[in-house]
Amino acid sequence: MSTVTSAPYAARRTLTVRTELVRQLRRRRTLVAFGLAVALPLIVVAAVKLGPQSRGFGDGDLDLVGLATAGPWNFTLTMLLFASGFLLTIIAAMFLGDTVASEASWSTMRYLLAAPVPRRRFLRAKMIVGLILTAITLLILVAVAFLIALVVFGSAPLTSPLGGSFDVATSWQRLAIVTGYIGIQLLIPAGIAFLMSVLTDVPLGAVGAAVIIVIVLNILDAIDALGDLRRFLPTDYGGAWADALGQQIAWGDMAIGASYALVTFAVLAAIAVLRFDRKDILS
Amino acid sequence: MRAFLGGGVAAVLVAGALLAPSAARAEVAPVAMMLAGAPSSATDPTPVQLDVDVYIPEVTPAPAVVLAHGFGGSKEGAAEQAQLLVEAGYVVLAYTARGFGESTGLISMNAPDYEVADASALVDYLASLASVTVESPGDPVVGVAGGSYGGALALMLAGYDDRIDAVAADITWNDLETSLFAQSAVDGVQPGVLKSLWTSLFFSSGLGLEPGQPVSECGRFTPQWCAAYVEAVTKGVVSAEAADLMARSSPRSITDRITAPVLLGAGQADSLFPLTQANANAEQIVNAPVKVVWHAGGHDGGIAETDRLLALTRAWFDQHLRAGPTVSDAFEVSLVEASALSDRDPGTVEVLSAPSYPGIFGDGTTQMPLAAPPQQVLAPAGGAPAAITSLPGAGGLARLAGDLLAVPLPGQTAGFFTESLASPMRIVGATRARLTVSSDREVTDAVLFASLRVVSANGRQALPQGLVAAVRIPDLGPEPVTIEVVLPGIVTEAAAGDRLALVVATTDQGYRMPPGPAVYTVAADGPLILPTLQGTTEAAGTPVWVWPLGAVIITVLIWIAVALLRPRDRSGEARPELLTVPLATRDLAKEFTGGLKAVDGVTFEVPPGVVLGLLGPNGAGKTTTMRMAMGLIRPTGGDTWIFGEQVRPGSAVLARVGSFIEGPGFLPHLTGRQNLDLFWRASGREDGDPHLDEVLEIAGLGSAIDRKVRTYSQGMRQRLGIAQAMLGLPDLLVLDEPTNGLDPPQIREMRQVMHDYAASGRTVIVSSHLLSEVEQTCSHVVVMNHGHLIYSGTVDELLAGRSGLRLEDVFLELVGEGHRVDQ
Repeated sequence: MSTVTSAPYAARRTLTVRTELVRQLRRRRTLVAFGLAVALPLIVVAAVKLGPQSRGFGDGDLDLVGLATAGPWNFTLTMLLFASGFLLTIIAAMFLGDTVASEASWSTMRYLLAAPVPRRRFLRAKMIVGLILTAITLLILVAVAFLIALVVFGSAPLTSPLGGSFDVATSWQRLAIVTGYIGIQLLIPAGIAFLMSVLTDVPLGAVGAAVIIVIVLNILDAIDALGDLRRFLPTDYGGAWADALGQQIAWGDMAIGASYALVTFAVLAAIAVLRFDRKDILS
Repeated sequence: MRAFLGGGVAAVLVAGALLAPSAARAEVAPVAMMLAGAPSSATDPTPVQLDVDVYIPEVTPAPAVVLAHGFGGSKEGAAEQAQLLVEAGYVVLAYTARGFGESTGLISMNAPDYEVADASALVDYLASLASVTVESPGDPVVGVAGGSYGGALALMLAGYDDRIDAVAADITWNDLETSLFAQSAVDGVQPGVLKSLWTSLFFSSGLGLEPGQPVSECGRFTPQWCAAYVEAVTKGVVSAEAADLMARSSPRSITDRITAPVLLGAGQADSLFPLTQANANAEQIVNAPVKVVWHAGGHDGGIAETDRLLALTRAWFDQHLRAGPTVSDAFEVSLVEASALSDRDPGTVEVLSAPSYPGIFGDGTTQMPLAAPPQQVLAPAGGAPAAITSLPGAGGLARLAGDLLAVPLPGQTAGFFTESLASPMRIVGATRARLTVSSDREVTDAVLFASLRVVSANGRQALPQGLVAAVRIPDLGPEPVTIEVVLPGIVTEAAAGDRLALVVATTDQGYRMPPGPAVYTVAADGPLILPTLQGTTEAAGTPVWVWPLGAVIITVLIWIAVALLRPRDRSGEARPELLTVPLATRDLAKEFTGGLKAVDGVTFEVPPGVVLGLLGPNGAGKTTTMRMAMGLIRPTGGDTWIFGEQVRPGSAVLARVGSFIEGPGFLPHLTGRQNLDLFWRASGREDGDPHLDEVLEIAGLGSAIDRKVRTYSQGMRQRLGIAQAMLGLPDLLVLDEPTNGLDPPQIREMRQVMHDYAASGRTVIVSSHLLSEVEQTCSHVVVMNHGHLIYSGTVDELLAGRSGLRLEDVFLELVGEGHRVDQ
């Protein structure tokens, strides 16, 4: 009979979100992601100000880009347009794809699970922190873009590429809706990456697989021959946030897109949890 | 049971998602036949032969519906609507009008004696069918529906044949002459300006020209209609005979006779039969209920609201042909919310409804003054170059044209602007304005095109639906003439900060223009009178909130399913007799997928307060056993107990165990100290004492403890790993090959550490392949080979009776012979 007692243990205090945040925050990839979100607006502002073509940008499908220098709200929305296609997708895939697989590759996962951190609690902390870090990156991008544009381009409120301009309160509202919608859309790469992270012990494999799946979905989405079948691709609604820029917000596509993203994430995360419950930890 | 429930929920979700879009339905095959219609012409009494499809529903007798097609179409075009109606329980008769497709005869543009009489003959036929409900002999319960050419027929038939009980007419004309010869000046002269592009398209589609077939001037038109067309196009005049022909083929001639309820559709994207035509029908049908719908489609394309209109038509017939639920008579206007980025989705539609139809000028007006001095505009010689505002027949392209080509031509366009709007404004209907016009010379024919445009703050002009109002002024000279113009009926929204513009142009590609040239002086006389409409909006189709609500519900259901599917391990078997036993296994087995039996029926107990060696060659199953003891691997058979508690993944009792299995694991980007600190915090024992100083002393890393683990040597990581296992001084310490990578003095130190640890009443399990090590450190051993237990007991007993032999020799003897030693 041992004469000593071990320290008091409480499952609900294992691997708290706060502890996991500390564990992840000092990682170089976290800092690199934050750094990219800071750098992108600065580079674009520098290009506009110093580049050989001082006329601004060319025009796109949606002439948001042509209005980029109109003011901080316009510039921030343009940065979101630039980043939402690929940069933010990769960052979301990285934060959620690397998170479980890297613990496996460092051999730290078996010690945490034997500590014991209950398996669902482990995934919960991983998922929440991954989502928090993705959201922080998005908000950094928005904040930096807004502040630099405020300094460089002045404080004119949002001019809509669809015609008309807004007052300051509405500009904030529209920026918030667009940022929120893009954040919700990131649940799709996030969900794919999280599932991959549980399925494999190779961090790069999980991130890469998630990014490749998103790219394939986008390619399928661009194939006209698929017609309305594309409606069923969750990534089909990636650009619907532009509907928040009209005089009246057209909620239709955004409601569908956000719903698809939410359900996609829920399904993928549920598969990840059920798989992890029964997984033999061999790493 | 719970797992079953959870699985059931998940299966239903998946099945629901897969099956929902593909609700199969059986199609009703039509019976095709040729039926006799009215006489072929005034001189030829032989009846025309009409190509007819009859659809019989499952349950008869049933009310009937006659479906008429659009110009240039045939009965096949009505097949989709016919299927829908026959499934709803109607006898459906779809037919090809005379002069089209397989039907014989010549096109007479819905003349009462021909096309309308044909349709009456078809109603006679329906009355003769046993499957059709009749009110009295020869009078069936029958509705008629059609769009465009078919819509006019539906109205005409309802006017001429009082057996018709309900009408659904879409995008059609009230007066053929004012449709084809536009005149938007109030009390202006007729004929107006010929819509030459639309008229020629209309006419050529009736010629029935096919490659390789002989061509003819008049195709399948009657000589009278052919002559009227040629005269209008070549000379720009309408003879009395032609005017009479058009009048007789216009619902305007019989609208006061219609007594059947009419569902009247009009397209907002329609430069051929604009909203004003439907408005005239609605205002003239005074002896029957009328429901007016301004949908987002039309001859110019727009957004086809096919599903909504089909459903509405069906509901209309349900109410009026078989006393179904009442359809509200409310006026419905589609508001288009274009999705900005999507190239495939032309927009979503919201429906604004008002309790009653207010007419084309809205239920209220807003007046906005127009600024700008009189402007001179050139009507170029030959009418070219001409502005392009819409592309007749190009369908959806027209909308594009409205945006891209609405750019006014310089010198040919005058613009009169309002102030910026203080608040957003919705315009529903036709705007009125007054113009004063004079010419620098006497002209017999002055033609102007007026439109209402929305000018955004950045100067972009939008011409709603590409619609313009043509005005013809006869005999204009230097003496100014003031005219009142009814601008096109539109549904559009202008934002705060936008300006409205009355734009007057001298040319438009779609119309026949006078040869010119002339210079007109145009001035706005008075304000714009803008129509507004009070109403309530609701989204057509699925309300927007259904999606997120559904998503949240599905998400919640998924998480409920996940919660139910939580692994419910068999209730932990309580073994109080093992309360003091640090580790016990019973029949422990693990078979990996692929059939490898790593551990097979292993039973042993570890007594407290000892250092126990777990021995065996590579592949003996030592590590697998340890991983099962830690809840990392699920056994395929047997069980493990720690201090009497059965081990499951994440069992709380594991908190009393410190482990070091198959090498250390650390976050490389953090220091050794940070790693230990975070591990301790992550392990849920924060309130306890980690005994950090003792543990750090054992690790012996000195100042290196504050360096990043990335920089550590193998041996340093090994020692940090053992230190981590000892954090909080757990009651049981499980160490797998702890001396790997340590140098001899460190190995000796480690031996002392384990010895001291056990001396304090705690227990150490150590696996090693260094047998001399084990012999010096351990009092007890468990020997495994090929997944089987070979020996479990004290070292002394193992060696007893084998004097002179060392553990190594005994081990080799045990393993080499492979026999099992019973305890």
